[in-house]
Amino acid sequence: MIEAKVENTIGRHKDWQPKILAFLCNWCSYAGADLAGVSRIQYPPNIRVVRIPCSGRVNPIFILKCLQNGFDGVLVSGCHPGDCHYISGNYVARRKFAVLKTLLEFMGLEPGRVQFSWVSAGEGEKFAQVVTKVTEDVKKLGPARKLVRNLEPTETKY
Amino acid sequence: MAKPKVAFYWCASCGGCEEAVVDLAEDLLKVVDAVDIVLWPVALDFKRKDVEAMKDGAIAVSFINGAVRTEEQEEMVKLLRKKSGLVVAFGSCAHIGGIPGLANFWDRETIFERVYKDVPSVRNPEGIYPQQKTKVDGVELTLPEFYDTVYTLDQVINVDYYLPGCAPPPDLIMNAVTAILEGKLPDKGSVLAPDKSLCDTCPRKDSKPEKLSIKAIRRPHEVIADPEKCFLEEGIICLGPATRSGCGERCINANMPCRGCFGPTKGVRDQGAKMVSAIASILGVEDEDKVTEEEVESLVKQIDDPAGLFYMYSLPASMLRRKRMG
Ligand code: SF4
Ligand code: SF4
Repeated sequence: MIEAKVENTIGRHKDWQPKILAFLCNWCSYAGADLAGVSRIQYPPNIRVVRIPCSGRVNPIFILKCLQNGFDGVLVSGCHPGDCHYISGNYVARRKFAVLKTLLEFMGLEPGRVQFSWVSAGEGEKFAQVVTKVTEDVKKLGPARKLVRNLEPTETKY
Repeated sequence: MAKPKVAFYWCASCGGCEEAVVDLAEDLLKVVDAVDIVLWPVALDFKRKDVEAMKDGAIAVSFINGAVRTEEQEEMVKLLRKKSGLVVAFGSCAHIGGIPGLANFWDRETIFERVYKDVPSVRNPEGIYPQQKTKVDGVELTLPEFYDTVYTLDQVINVDYYLPGCAPPPDLIMNAVTAILEGKLPDKGSVLAPDKSLCDTCPRKDSKPEKLSIKAIRRPHEVIADPEKCFLEEGIICLGPATRSGCGERCINANMPCRGCFGPTKGVRDQGAKMVSAIASILGVEDEDKVTEEEVESLVKQIDDPAGLFYMYSLPASMLRRKRMG
C-alpha cells in the first residue's frame, strides 16, 4: 500500500525528470557525444552515459538491470551500418534489441523505453537530437515503475 | 544404525516428478532399502501432523518438486525446511519455475476469470470464484490463498541442491541419492548435473556450421526436421545454447528441439536473455549490411511468442520473474 502511494506521488510530481542510461560505443556515438559537448550543443541533461567498446557488447541483461534498478529509459547507440570498428558488432546489437524489445513488450514494458540509434563521431548535432527525442518519449511515458524490483506489482513477499 | 529419513513432497507440479522416482525401477528398491521414507503423499499415508511431530532436522533430506503458488505449499515447504537437514529442489518447477511458472504471464484475477468463467466448457453466469472462506450450513470452509505469482522453491526457502529436468532423469537422481548417502556432495547450492551447455553434448553439434545464419524461423509442427541436422541450422528454435546438459538429449533424440527444462548453466543469470543473444547472433546475418530496420523487425516478428518460448521453463527464476500487469 505504502509503495503504491509512493508510486502515485512520483507519477504526479510535476518536477519529475526521467533518468535515462545511455550505452555509447567508444568509436562513434561516444565521440559524437563528445563533439556535442565541445561544440556546446544543448541537449537534455537526463542521460547518464556509460562508454562501451561496441554496441554489440551490450548484453540484454544490462538493459534488464537498468530497468530493474529504476532507470526510466535506456538508449543504446552505435556506429552507422558499415562503420563498426569491429566490422559487424552494430548489426548484432540491432538484432539483439529487436528481439529484446518484443520480449520486453510481452513482459508488460511500454514501447519507447528502450531505444536504439546510430550516431557517428561527426554527428554532435544528431546526438543532441537523439537524446532530446528519447527524453521526450520517456517523459511522455512517465516514470518506469513496472520493472523496478522493489515495487512488485502484486505480493511483496519475496 | 537407524536409516536416514527421507521425504518427498509435491507443490505446483504435474506428477511427472513422482513418476520419475518410480522410473528408478529396481534401483528404487535399493533406495527404499537404504532409507526410511517418512512422507510421500503420492504413495504413502503420512500426513502433515506426522511431520510436525518430528524434531527439527530429523529428516535427512527432503526432495521437493513443484513450484510454490499457494499458501499451503508455502507452509509445507517451510515446515519441511525446518525438519530437514538437506532440501533438494527436485525437477524444473522447483528449480526454475517450470511450466506452472508460465502463469506469471497472468495474475490470480485473470487466471480465475479464464478458468472459472471464460472457458467454453464452463457455465458460471453468477461469476462465482473460489473463496478463501465460505460458509456452508453454518460451517466455515477454507481454502489456501492462491498467489498472483508462481515462485521457485529457493525464492521461498533455502535450498541446498537442485536436481534439474522435466522430469529429472533416473541416472541423475541415482547419482544424487548415492552422493547423499555416501556424504560425497559438492558445494551447497550446486545443480547436480554437468555444467556444460546442451550444444556441447548434443549428437547433432557436428552438423552445426561454424558460421550459422538463418533467414526464416520455422516452428516444429511446420516441418519434418532432418534427424541429423542441428535444429537451429534449419531455422527451428532450439534452446540448446542456453541450456544445461545432462538430460541425455532426450528431446533431440526424439527429433524435437530443446525447450530449456534443465535451466541455464552456472554462469548464466537469465536463460531467456542468453537465448536472445544466441538468436540475435545467427538470425539474418547474411546480407546484414543491406537490410533495413523494418526488415530486421519483420525477421524478429517471425518468432512466435518470444517471451513464452525463451522463458518456457524459467520465467519465475528470470530477472523479471513475471509480466507486469496493468
Ligand atoms: S542448437 Fe539444439 S540441435 Fe543444435 S547443437 Fe544445440 S542442442 Fe543440438
Ligand atoms: S532437450 Fe532440453 S527440454 Fe528436452 S529434456 Fe533436455 S534440457 Fe529438457
